[in-house]
Amino acid sequence: MNFFIVLRKELTEQWRTKRLLIVTAVLAAFGLASPLLAKFTPELLKSIPSMPAGFAEMIPAPSVADAVGQYVKNLSQFGILLALLMSMGAVAQEKERGTAAMMLTHPVSRLNFLLAKFTALGVVFAFSLVVAALGCWYYTLLLFEALPWGPYLALNGLMLVVFLVYIAVTLLCSTLVHTQGAAAGLAFAALVLVAGVGSLPLIGEYFPGRLFSWGGALVLGGGSPAWPAFWVSLGLIAAALLVAWLVFRRQEL
Amino acid sequence: MIQIENLHKHYGAVHALDGLNMTIEAGTVFGFLGPNGAGKTTTLRILTGLARGTSGRATVGGVDLNTDGRTLSRRIGYLPEELAFYPWMTPREFLDYLGRLHRLSAAERSDRTRELLVLVNLEEVGKRRIGGFSRGMRQRLGLAAALVHKPEVLLLDEPISALDPAGRKEVLDLIERLSEQCTVLMSSHILADVERVCNVVGIIAKGRMIVQSPREALMERYAQPVFEAETTDTASACRWADRLRVQPWTAAVSVDGDRVRVTVKEVARARKELLASAVAQDVVLRRYEEVRPSLEDVFLQLVGRELS
Repeated sequence: MNFFIVLRKELTEQWRTKRLLIVTAVLAAFGLASPLLAKFTPELLKSIPSMPAGFAEMIPAPSVADAVGQYVKNLSQFGILLALLMSMGAVAQEKERGTAAMMLTHPVSRLNFLLAKFTALGVVFAFSLVVAALGCWYYTLLLFEALPWGPYLALNGLMLVVFLVYIAVTLLCSTLVHTQGAAAGLAFAALVLVAGVGSLPLIGEYFPGRLFSWGGALVLGGGSPAWPAFWVSLGLIAAALLVAWLVFRRQEL
Repeated sequence: MIQIENLHKHYGAVHALDGLNMTIEAGTVFGFLGPNGAGKTTTLRILTGLARGTSGRATVGGVDLNTDGRTLSRRIGYLPEELAFYPWMTPREFLDYLGRLHRLSAAERSDRTRELLVLVNLEEVGKRRIGGFSRGMRQRLGLAAALVHKPEVLLLDEPISALDPAGRKEVLDLIERLSEQCTVLMSSHILADVERVCNVVGIIAKGRMIVQSPREALMERYAQPVFEAETTDTASACRWADRLRVQPWTAAVSVDGDRVRVTVKEVARARKELLASAVAQDVVLRRYEEVRPSLEDVFLQLVGRELS
């Protein structure tokens, strides 16, 4: 199948252009730093000489919940930002440079062209998340206690689903326009919209951002499931890819 | 091999193609000529499936462009005017990648890559990144890429525009040789090159085919006799040209520095009166000859008539 040939090229591109390295390095750094920040931030605050009397005693002792909270917060912010940055030029840049026109006169279907890009970006983020998760798990073990494997795996799986939502939406933006700059602007607007609407009460329960808090709660052994947000996220991925394909298949290059 | 019937392409109010008709037989090297904006690149983009006509019909090797894109891509090789590659790849990797897409076996890909790199004179840089290539090197790699799968039809958009004289000669020789294996449709603004390699010429203006004919028949039918003379200075060349323009036996008179080029309607009368006219105007000639009209003369005559 030509999909796998194109996917192989996309993965090689991620490796040669050092995108895989960049995403892995950033996510791994935040994965490692999260338990460290959770452990030592209170210590740092207590060591400030001008701290008012009695304030140091008010700072609670760091716990595994802080480590997980830091991990979820850091990766949700930087992971989403990276998803946008890495995906915005995926199609627009190829259209702008002319490589899309060059390649699509060979036996590459437009569907495979898009799906290979989405899959390659998904693989990059999945790999980076594995490295980040292992780093976080090890440092949490050293500084606090071992995190339960099953729920921790579920947390990272849910985070990957959110990243895939933003990758798919950014890929759609990249397909709609012809320049990388326009794709970046459109993707950022989409990010603000999704984050803004997702922060509203009630509606937020159905948005991808809810998966972060569900994942965090799973690791700490509490909270309620957010299956609607999960299914909406999968639906958003499928819808963004479908619209991207419907647009791209009619687009003149 | 290529059949275009009443093809229209509109971009809003702009009619890039306005009822284009064109038939290209198998084994032809077709020179596709026209002024800027005439619709050459649009036609080629439609033939590759990268753009769609607003109305009309086009087939390549019997494949209808509106229905079967996958089959089409296996039959055509395309060299776009604006070349783009993945800068992180090497030529070997790029040709190998295309070979995979065209379902060539590992042994076939290896042989074909080596063969093509030699053919386009890039074997020494086969392992260098394409990102550092000059425009000429990219053009040659683009030609190799278009040939990976031995296509039945080769669509070349300005294939020699970025090449130096030696490179141009090599590529033109290659196109001549390719005519034994496939049908070539080549757009170019270098008319001397088209005249050299193409056996059929089509001239397009304002999105319509003005004329399509075997090259020799076109020259015979439209080429008017031309005389060229070189004077001693520009002033006398201009003075003489002004005098010649009002003569009933001249069709066109152009001046380029101290050179005068006269296209004539009545060759016998021109032979008799041209030199007499120079003497009468006190113009001293350093060179004077009756030259064979070029494809450029025919092109300018036909396009000028169409655009006026």
